[in-house]
Amino acid sequence: MPVLSLLALLVLWQVLATCLNSNNLPSPLVVGSVFWQGCLSGQIPYHLGVTLLRLIVSFSIAMLLGCAIGITLGRNKKLDSFFDNWLVVSLNIPALVTVILCYVWFGLTEVAAILAVVINKLPNVVVTVREGARNLDQDLLEMAHCYRYGRKKTLLHVVWPQLYPYVMGATRSGLALVWKIILVVELLGRSNGMGYQLHLFFQLFDVASILAYTIAFVAVIQLIEWLVLKPLDIKAQRWRR
Amino acid sequence: MIAIDIKRKLYPAKGKADNHLVMADFQLAVNSGEFVCLVGPSGCGKTSLLNIIAELDNDYEGHIGFGQQEKPPKIGYVFQNPRLLPWRTVRENIELAIAQKPSSNNIDALLDAMQLTPFQHVYPERLSLGMSRRVAIIRAFAINPDVLLMDEPFVSLDAATARQVGHLLINLWQQRPHTVLFVTHDLREAIALADRIVFLSPAPMKIIAESTVGIPRNERGNEQAVETFRQRLLQDYPEII
Repeated sequence: MPVLSLLALLVLWQVLATCLNSNNLPSPLVVGSVFWQGCLSGQIPYHLGVTLLRLIVSFSIAMLLGCAIGITLGRNKKLDSFFDNWLVVSLNIPALVTVILCYVWFGLTEVAAILAVVINKLPNVVVTVREGARNLDQDLLEMAHCYRYGRKKTLLHVVWPQLYPYVMGATRSGLALVWKIILVVELLGRSNGMGYQLHLFFQLFDVASILAYTIAFVAVIQLIEWLVLKPLDIKAQRWRR
Repeated sequence: MIAIDIKRKLYPAKGKADNHLVMADFQLAVNSGEFVCLVGPSGCGKTSLLNIIAELDNDYEGHIGFGQQEKPPKIGYVFQNPRLLPWRTVRENIELAIAQKPSSNNIDALLDAMQLTPFQHVYPERLSLGMSRRVAIIRAFAINPDVLLMDEPFVSLDAATARQVGHLLINLWQQRPHTVLFVTHDLREAIALADRIVFLSPAPMKIIAESTVGIPRNERGNEQAVETFRQRLLQDYPEII
């Protein structure tokens, strides 16, 4: 069924492209050949790799930091009420503003680029994980205390499995959000990566290349979902009926 | 032995509710290896008492003494709900409670005694309530506790299952007599299990009567004997109903 619906999409695209017969909507075949040329010349793998590296670094930092802060706030009412407003404010700062400010303050550097992405993503992770930490089952924590689980065992066997769905939610929504922000970051201040390339193609009105790069990137994200996230989910959920 | 001396335990006011005094000048001594049943109306403070003994609740005035032991006693607690970790199998739930490397012989024997060997690798969600309660009892026994606290562990089991689990419980206890505090509001259950029954008043909780169960252990299965004893108790202490 998924194959069929994808095929239908391709057919629709082809029909539209044929009807319009314009450079602004190249047919799937043209895009496919541009994609293939890009792969052979090494351009697509290179820029895709650069962007993916930024994605992995900034995403990991945001997730780790966000989980730590989220758990702390979720388990500590005083801290939570103090920092709650900070969170709401930072959630509402437009991504573009953080990106520009980071570049202005720290220069057009790799560090500034990563920092901008982390700052954008962090509040989302904190809010989601905090919700999980607030909802920890008190009965199970008491049980762990009574049976002297200790810190490490409690975290690993009692707390983590309960936070897992929230962390997974943050990961999914985060992945989608982060790669879009990274494109903006690259477009504004880097000289490589997907965002930079898209900017270039935009100036050349090279729609075929834009579509080829987009498809490559979406495919990679989909692969991450299939190869990493789905199996993780299945493994973690096997206790459920 | 356990020497309980609670000067005052109250639940502070929340919203429009007044302070709720649960215990005032409550004293009870339990001998080592003694099986004591606490019988009282629901809401009288029995669970609060067990939580205080298990150090889950430190918000009270008074003292709990455990004789001349150097180390704090190991406490096995069978909660009113089984409180098993749903994401760990039956066996893992038991093993996690044990501090040192668990001896599998011991766990095997306990699983066998509670007729759960075929279910040891099953996740708790697939167990019936009666089975989950038996797992919780095994977990409490598996740590080889000095003190065993049981909070209505048979509530909401049908009579036959409750009798069967009670029988298994006594078998285990006779092999390794720990000090047991068993909370129930079922007088028949108390007579079938206890060395001594302590009757409690509604909150603020006080001891209104005490009785040693004069039926030999091997005759506790005889329902007629239990019923006769129950009638006599009700006659002697009409205030306990």
